[in-house]
Amino acid sequence: MTLAEYKYADTIHRCFRCGYCKFPVNWMDVNNCPAYARFRMETYSCGGRLWLTKAWLSNEIDWSEHLAQILYSCTACKNCEEKCPLRFNVDIFNMIQAARAEMVERGLVPAAVKEFLENVQRHGNPYGNAREGRGEWSQETGIEQYQGQDYLYYVGCVGSYDTRAQQTARTLGKVLLRSGVSFGVLGSEENCDGNEVNALGEETLFEMLAEENVRKFKDLGVTNIVTLSPHSYNAFKNDYAKYDGSFPVLHYTQLLRDLITDGKLDVSGGMNARVTYHDPCFLGRWNGEYDAPRQVLSAIPGIELVEMEKNRESTLCCGGGGGNFYTDFLGGSENSPARIRVREAATTGASVLAVACPNCMTMLEDAVKAEGLEDKLVVKDVSEIVGEVCGIG
Amino acid sequence: MSSVYESLVEIVGGEHVSTQAEELYIYSFDLGTTEPHRPDYAVAPRTTEEIQEILRLANREKVPVAPLGGGLSLAGLALPLKGGISLDLKRMDTILEVNEKSRYVVVECGVSQGQLTSYLERHHPTLMHSEPGAPPMATIAGNMAIHGQGDLAHPYGFNSDMVNGLEVVLPTGEVCRFGSCSVSTQWYTNHPLPDVGLFLGWAGTTGIITRVSMKLFPHKSIVGAGQFVVKDENLIPEIIHKITHTEMVHDLVAYSQAIPPFSSGLHHLTINLSADSEKELAFKMELIFDDTLGHYIRSGDGGYLGFNRGLQRPQVSKTSDWRKGGGFEYVGSIMPVETYPDCYRRGREISEKHGIPYTVLGRVIGMSHAMMFSWTYAFNRADPETMDQAREALHETDDLVLELDGAIWKPGTYGQKLVMERMDPNTLNLMKKVKQLLDPNGIMNPGNWEVS
Amino acid sequence: MFELKFDANICLSCGNCDCLTRCQYMDIDRETAKTEITKIASGEDSFVLHDCVTCYACEEYCPMGNHPFYLIVERQEELDIPPLPKPLIERGIQTGIPFRGEPEIFEAKEPALCMGVFSDLMYLIQGKLFDEFSVISEDPRKMFHYFCQLMYLHYARTSVIKERLPGIIETIAKHGAREIVFFHDECYGTYDSYCSAVGIEVPFKPVHLFEYLYNKLNELRDEIQPLNMKVAYQRPCSSRLSPDKHHFVRDIFDLIGAQSVDREYVDETALCCGGTIQGQRREGSRLRSADVQERNIEDMVNAGTEVCVFNCPACYNTMAGMVSRRGIRPVYMSDLCRLAIGEEPAGWR
Ligand SMILES: Cc1cc2nc3c(=O)[nH]c(=O)nc-3n(C[C@H](O)[C@H](O)[C@H](O)COP(=O)(O)OP(=O)(O)OC[C@H]3O[C@@H](n4cnc5c(N)ncnc54)[C@H](O)[C@@H]3O)c2cc1C
Ligand code: SF4
Ligand code: SF4
Ligand code: SF4
Ligand code: SF4
Repeated sequence: MTLAEYKYADTIHRCFRCGYCKFPVNWMDVNNCPAYARFRMETYSCGGRLWLTKAWLSNEIDWSEHLAQILYSCTACKNCEEKCPLRFNVDIFNMIQAARAEMVERGLVPAAVKEFLENVQRHGNPYGNAREGRGEWSQETGIEQYQGQDYLYYVGCVGSYDTRAQQTARTLGKVLLRSGVSFGVLGSEENCDGNEVNALGEETLFEMLAEENVRKFKDLGVTNIVTLSPHSYNAFKNDYAKYDGSFPVLHYTQLLRDLITDGKLDVSGGMNARVTYHDPCFLGRWNGEYDAPRQVLSAIPGIELVEMEKNRESTLCCGGGGGNFYTDFLGGSENSPARIRVREAATTGASVLAVACPNCMTMLEDAVKAEGLEDKLVVKDVSEIVGEVCGIG
Repeated sequence: MSSVYESLVEIVGGEHVSTQAEELYIYSFDLGTTEPHRPDYAVAPRTTEEIQEILRLANREKVPVAPLGGGLSLAGLALPLKGGISLDLKRMDTILEVNEKSRYVVVECGVSQGQLTSYLERHHPTLMHSEPGAPPMATIAGNMAIHGQGDLAHPYGFNSDMVNGLEVVLPTGEVCRFGSCSVSTQWYTNHPLPDVGLFLGWAGTTGIITRVSMKLFPHKSIVGAGQFVVKDENLIPEIIHKITHTEMVHDLVAYSQAIPPFSSGLHHLTINLSADSEKELAFKMELIFDDTLGHYIRSGDGGYLGFNRGLQRPQVSKTSDWRKGGGFEYVGSIMPVETYPDCYRRGREISEKHGIPYTVLGRVIGMSHAMMFSWTYAFNRADPETMDQAREALHETDDLVLELDGAIWKPGTYGQKLVMERMDPNTLNLMKKVKQLLDPNGIMNPGNWEVS
Repeated sequence: MFELKFDANICLSCGNCDCLTRCQYMDIDRETAKTEITKIASGEDSFVLHDCVTCYACEEYCPMGNHPFYLIVERQEELDIPPLPKPLIERGIQTGIPFRGEPEIFEAKEPALCMGVFSDLMYLIQGKLFDEFSVISEDPRKMFHYFCQLMYLHYARTSVIKERLPGIIETIAKHGAREIVFFHDECYGTYDSYCSAVGIEVPFKPVHLFEYLYNKLNELRDEIQPLNMKVAYQRPCSSRLSPDKHHFVRDIFDLIGAQSVDREYVDETALCCGGTIQGQRREGSRLRSADVQERNIEDMVNAGTEVCVFNCPACYNTMAGMVSRRGIRPVYMSDLCRLAIGEEPAGWR
């Protein structure tokens, strides 16, 4: 593909490299693009990435592993879109994604990305774990296989395979059981939702996954979906319609909020803790849902919800988006976004860092360890906090 | 070369130095029309000590060093014109001290304007600094290095007039401090010792500013901007004179631009006011808009457009998108206020000649002591022809500034040459001596202010 | 070209000369009113032409439908008595010039809604009340092609209105909808009242937003949860051009369980937002405007208003901050309606 054939050929040169996109809403620092925060070289800023993309497509620079890494270090967090004052801002991530698609097309992606995509293609998950094991997390929980219940509880790859995130998946399942929600899971029948695959630019694979999932959901008569992961939520809500799959979908925090409001979930047991909440990008900036998780937490007596300075639209991404929880281009430094983020959480004086996404969970929990903050700060999913309040372990 | 690379790695760590094509590409451009100049190394130090080491190395190996802050000065000033090291100073971003009672702040050089404003808003809401209208990524020291001006320029002058003390690394690696901080732990004044400051306005050609103490000013709880419009550009100097006479205004800017059409051929004055109470605000508004400007309103020559509370950070970079092209550059100048009408008329002619919608702006500095007048030329980065047009227009404007008896502000190499041609030869000679004394090997931002 | 239909003979036999005697910005008795309106009609100068704040209200006050306000602004232009300083007039006139390409003409399905020059406010027409609409003028870059131009009444430049309006009407008509709901009641007033007053043909039927909202809310009656809020309506000048639709304000409030507060400046005695007054040439205009605003808001506060409801974005821009500093929440009518049917309007937060 030449620059002229690139979908954003008319737009990409419009980036002025003025750098608004590095800031959070309140301008407190220039670290809100997680990739820039990690490396602090202009190449890793949003503008740098756009200029490099253009330079590559117009043959001003050659492809290199380093270039690919710069492009793939973007976590799809959309902070840049929030802050860029120019009209093309809605397409910034699309421009990066389209450049990645070209790298995929030419077989020029970094090894870790290649592995990620191959694993998803072969095994339906990025870890390369066996498909049959996908449902193991739910053993002995009483969670049923989906067979026409009101909700399909879609767990996603991280919740299905990551040991820590599995706990979250189980707890949420039990909370839903306790609330009398009629739901089931797909277990080993579940496949990757493709959100990250899409963000990584593997459009064909994404299409396949989406079509397959839509077919499966339809065959099973799925009417409503509730997801553990905001990433799945995003794919189903915004991307599946193209593949003829418009299913009403909720992120679980929205469902929990409704259950609490309707009196079906009793959280009056309360919990004494100072809690701060980290907005996942795919729930917050991508889908504008900032309130539901906060409403859940605020409904619990005894919880004192304190905000980090960077919250809602200003949240600093945990660094795990766009497949980075696996490819890890931003790891290995005290400037890794997850580590910056947990340091910020610690300064609020909270003892609990609440998350609403299994990716954030794994990223931030590792960061708490790396920072040696285990004594001060525990990472808990909102569903786990609710579980604890209801006496569900 | 590789030994320089290895030494740099040793100084700042492998992640903060690069010789890879991607970094060298990105660091070879600024936002304006200057042709790219490729560095050999992109380096991002974190401490004054690292900078000392880097300069010692560079001085020894005769490697040019181009300091880079936000890189927003637009005229190629922070580009490595002669290769060498592009020294990205944005990791030097700690706000070290705010002294509320003495109203000053000490920052590392790479602290961004946005970061400082936000910090003061959150932690010291009664204080503010004079923030330039540049994108908030601009750094405090980068702005000092080019005699920038911010939104308090009318009451308090150039930002470089607000310096209370500096820490500088000389091209030969020594650290010097100027002002009270050279004799005490306090950074409250740049005086009264013998003046050896040779770094402000030198565009990084004499050393690297690593720390700055800067004056802060009262920030009142109500801020806002009133707008006043006139058609006749000849009225602007007298109106500015009258408004500044009230000593009530925070920031005073006049602009005119072809796009959007509402402003074409008209001159808008943005008059920023602040107050701590409704009473104070009402008093100031009456004094300015009724007592001072009422006469123009009644005669029908001037119109009051209203007062909006709250100030948005100016999103000037939107100008870059007018030609859907990601770019603009402007010639800035420091002019007497009474040249406004000529600056406008002549600038408009230049724009129209090159087929670029005109955009001009004058910001008052001091009590009408001068104004920064700018002529902006947007271009489309994807269309080299429009970049050429803009470049030509910029050069013609540089010529114009001198023709109108003004001084070019932060000139690029073309403008620097014009200025030096005109400059008093003895002054020029002194500059040369200073340069030789401080930077014997000519490593600091070479290509800029080179006296032949 | 287009001639204002104003019949001075009607004034001669008019009983109260309500147009001027009820003016809230000048103190005029019946006799003076008659003399002055007759002078104005015959093209003579009158103090009214100098002191009128262009609030539009006399257009409503005249019981004979004789367009005194349109007459006043025409005469101001003819006699060169501009209510605003010249640079503001020039600025205003230039504001309406489209500069970002031609509009995209598509076939609008009915029901259609036209945003006029407020495409930036698309977020106000979300949700169930609006989702059926085919929206004309969605793109802020093109919105001046849909600008009804009536704002130039405040500028005493009916010549500009008459010159530009036919082209605007043509553009809107190209979308093919026969009935169009107008987001702003200034547009409605233009196509309903002004055009007929000066004989400009309008090939579509304008529908007032509030009439539409009232009917739609009736359809969604079951979903309405009474708001139980004490509201005051900031009546915009343009609503004086459609007094027959003004009752929908109260009808909507009744329907959604919002209580109109009991206040002095309401309906026919509503006060102008002051946005245009502040810039006028007449001595003391800025303070006059501030006084009008102060009286208006004080009256809202005294009446226990919780929410100030807006129709016009210009009023909103002028007054939203002011009312909220006095503890009153500013909200657009469309948002209020959305709230009543359980939606969370974008402009509410
Ligand atoms: C849209 C726009 C609006 C602007 N408006 C204004 C305005 O209102 N007022 C104003 O003053 N400017 C304005 N500018 C110009 C410029 O962006 C600012 O002056 C800005 O503060 C420069 O800072 P910077 O960090 O970007 O400097 P850079 O461009 O990075 O550097 C400027 C010069 O200083 C040198 N330098 C940088 N850091 C150091 C250091 N630590 N020690 C020694 N030398 C150093 C560089 O080598 C270069 O020569 C504007 C620019 C743009 C694009
Ligand atoms: S993405 Fe937008 S904000 Fe960021 S550098 Fe480019 S133009 Fe500026
Ligand atoms: S999406 Fe996030 S990581 Fe990617 S460029 Fe934008 S701010 Fe940076
Ligand atoms: S304009 Fe109407 S109210 Fe005024 S005098 Fe004439 S008829 Fe009467
Ligand atoms: S427009 Fe208003 S101010 Fe003017 S005469 Fe009519 S009622 Fe009076």
